[in-house]
Formats: sequence, C-alpha cells, structure tokens
Amino acid sequence: MSDIKSRPIWGRIRPVAHAARHFVCCEGSSAARHVAETFSPNAEALKQVTILYGNTDRNEEAGHTLDALGAEASLHYPTRQTLLISFKAHLKRLHMGAQIYLCGPEAFLNEATAIAESHGVLKEAVQTELCGANARRVQCVHCKGLIENVAYTPIACEHCGVNLMVRDHYSRRLGAFMGVCVDAEAPGDLPARESF
Amino acid sequence: MAGESFLVRVTHADPVTTSVKRLRMQAIDGKTLPPASAGSHIILTLKTPNRLLKNAYSLLPSSLDGGTYEVAVLRTEDSRGGSTFVHDALSEGSELTISTPVNLFPINRRARHHVLVAGGIGITPIAAMAEELFRDNRSFELHYCIRNEPNGAFLKDLQARYGERVHLYHSDIGERFGVAKALPQQRIDTHLYVCGPEGMIGAVLNDASALGWLQENLHAERFLSPGGGDPFDVVLRRSDIEVTVGEHESLLEAIERVGVDAPHLCRGGACGQCRCSVVEKDGIIQHRDHYLTQEEREAGDAIMTCVSRLKGQRLELDL
Ligand code: FES
Repeated sequence: MSDIKSRPIWGRIRPVAHAARHFVCCEGSSAARHVAETFSPNAEALKQVTILYGNTDRNEEAGHTLDALGAEASLHYPTRQTLLISFKAHLKRLHMGAQIYLCGPEAFLNEATAIAESHGVLKEAVQTELCGANARRVQCVHCKGLIENVAYTPIACEHCGVNLMVRDHYSRRLGAFMGVCVDAEAPGDLPARESF
Repeated sequence: MAGESFLVRVTHADPVTTSVKRLRMQAIDGKTLPPASAGSHIILTLKTPNRLLKNAYSLLPSSLDGGTYEVAVLRTEDSRGGSTFVHDALSEGSELTISTPVNLFPINRRARHHVLVAGGIGITPIAAMAEELFRDNRSFELHYCIRNEPNGAFLKDLQARYGERVHLYHSDIGERFGVAKALPQQRIDTHLYVCGPEGMIGAVLNDASALGWLQENLHAERFLSPGGGDPFDVVLRRSDIEVTVGEHESLLEAIERVGVDAPHLCRGGACGQCRCSVVEKDGIIQHRDHYLTQEEREAGDAIMTCVSRLKGQRLELDL
C-alpha cells in the first residue's frame, strides 16, 4: 500500500483535564472496555461525561463495564446507524469547551469523524482511537455509492458492481476511502486479494 | 518586500469621537485599490517632521462600491508621534503611501457562529468582520467594551445596523466582558475573535482556554506599536552596514533607513515574517513580540525586528 498523506492517522484517547464536558462515542466491546479503562482513573471528570455505546457485537458485559463508570449518562444502541443518529443529535446540543472522543473500528471512525466535521467541529476537538476491525468505509468513485465495512481489496461495488481497488486516498469530508475500477483494461483480471 | 504599495489621497477625514479620526483613501496614480477581506490591515508610511514612520492599521468595513480604504486612528501618547501626525497633519487632499492589505486575522469560514469581541479602537477590524458576516447572512454577535458611550467609536452605526447582536460593556462603571458570563453556552462550532488592548486580549484568551475552548477556535489581533527605548548600534553582517537605532525608531525602520530590504508583514510583532538571526550581541534582547516561544526568547539567537530591541550597545544580525 502506498503511503498517501490523506490516509487518516488515528491517535489515542486521553481525557483533557480542563475540558468543560467529555463526550464519548464508541462502538464494539473492545472499544467499550478501552473507554472504561481510560476514564476510570479520572473519577473527577466523570460527572461531566456522556457516553454513547454501540453494542454492535452483542456484548452486554462490556456495556455494563461502561455503565459502572458512573458517567453522567451512559446510553446504549444496537447498531452503528442508531448510535450515529444519537451522536448527531448530541453534537447539535454540545457547547464550546467540550471534548469529543471516538473509539471503535475504522469504518466507524471514518463515518463519525465526517459527521463531526460536517457539524463544524474542528478536528482538534475530536480525539480518535482505533479499537476493533480495520475494515474501511469506501466510496465507489464511479457510482458514488458508499460501502460499509470493507475488509479487503479488490471488492465488487455493492451498488454498481464494478470491481474496485480500495486506494489509500481518503476523503475527510465523506469519511471514506476511494474505490477505483481495477479491471478496466482487462475485465475480470483482478489482482490478489489483500486484507487491511 | 511586503508586496505592492499604492500612492493614495485622503478623500475624507473626519472625527469619529473626540480622540478617534477616520481617514478614507483612494488611489491616485490610476490604480484601483484591491478588495480587502475583513480583518486585513495596511501599513501607512507617515512622513512626520522628525522621521519616517510605518504604522499598521486595520481596515474598517469596505464600502460596497469598493475602491477605497478606511482606517480609524486613536490619538495616543505614543512617543513616536504617529497618531499625533495622523490627527494633526493629515486632512482631505493629503497624499501618502500605503501597502497592499495583508490579512492575519481572517474570519474562519467553516465556523457556524462567530463571537466578535472588541475593546476600544480594537473595533476597527471587528467592525469589518461584523459587516462581512452581516452581508453574508452569517450568525454572529458583537461584544464591545468602551469607556462610555461618547467614547465608543461607531457605536450608533453598529447598533443601528446589527441591533441586538451588539452587547456593550462600559468600563467607567466597572462593566467587564467575561467569557464565562457572557458566553456560557456557545455552540460547539463557534469561533471567537478578539482585538483590543493587550491586557484584555490576554484575559479573554485565558478565560476561554480555562473553560476548555480550543486554541484553534480563538483568534486575536494584537498590534503592538514598536515603542521606543535606548539607542543601540546594529551591524548587518551580510550587507556590511552599521547603523544606530534611534530612541524613537524601531530596529526594522533603522534597517530600512539604510536601504536594506528586510522581510516584514504586520510590523506589529504578530506574523513572524521579520524574524532575524542574531549573530552576536553584547546585551539582552527585549522581546516585545507575540511570535517567539518562551524557549526561543531564552535562546536569544533570534529577534523580531519590527518591535523588539537590544538593551545594550551592539547587535549583529545575519542580514
Ligand atoms: S513584521 Fe510581523 S512580526 Fe515583525
């Protein structure tokens, strides 16, 4: 894989001491456990913490670990879509001084960071950490369709059927990697499959 | 070094308050003045009887028909006499040289809400921003700190045009703008812009940071006037020239006086353009800029020539 600069670099989440409010959105049980570990030594901050958790791998225990933190609010959602609908609604009500933390698989981070950006939140106000699958969110550059949780390349576009090579070229606005036709010259002639 | 310059004529000169004077300028050599975005400043070259001064002034809102620039100048007790010269010697018909506008204080176009904070004459770039936001139908509020109403430059115009968006603070009755009190619940996509006296800018930025606002959401315009000091000698190593920096002159002005083209942009210690390497010095540098970091100041091997000076006899620069 090339090292194109637009490839997003995820960091580590670290509670910011002087933030007026902490707003956490995480997906999957490993992310939930990581959030619990990161915030539990910061008991003082927990009064101003809101946690949204996407319980996408049906792990009730990880959810309980989060609840046990004693955050001001700890809300659970069954799917990424429901989690992100709530994330948007909370973003609209968030005030200056808030710090946002996102933790979860790549495709979740792709989409959630793009949502934050589209709400005018600066990327500096958002901390991210990859926790879970590397599968990416991909846009087919031909039909513009978005494909969730793409684990390998090449892949057939689930909208228009074109065979796509997933490039490292990333759009922050869309929160997606670009998928480009790979067999235009010799249809059906595909390179070996590579996982992310 | 800092782009094109224009020869202009003052077409209007009028008092805005008892201590603030407004100048409107138009190009005279057939050129048109380029449009300037809100927050821009220009450098006026002032031929005072004693010396040539180059002072930065923020532009007021551009008129809709374009082609003219306006600045508002506060009469101050500055030792260099720049503002006194503007007040006493410039009138309709006066000609002077100005620089191309530079914008070091631009509006962040991605913000959804803009909080503008002005103290005193700091209203000039802030008024330009308010007007640009108003014309673009963007969400904003304006907090204006003044001594009292007669002292508030453009106050009536601002209130008439922006109505309830204008919030006033009268310092003569002890009112102060405080971030926590005035802006308790700002949307997450807010940007704040502040221009005014140094102490006020510092207080606003500190308050906001303490409330968890990010640096990236905070913007300040801090123009310093060079301020005088004891004379000292400067040696320009590469040009092989030595010159004495006078007590009312800035290091940059002295360098320009002997014909050396030194980099600069804001002439107010903010932009970093005029940074110059120090080869040797026999005293301590009085850093007066807002650009160098604490470590860079302590290292003492760089100086911002537009505002900083040497407390000593001799300074050698890599210029
Ligand atoms: S000219 Fe901008 S810092 Fe000196």
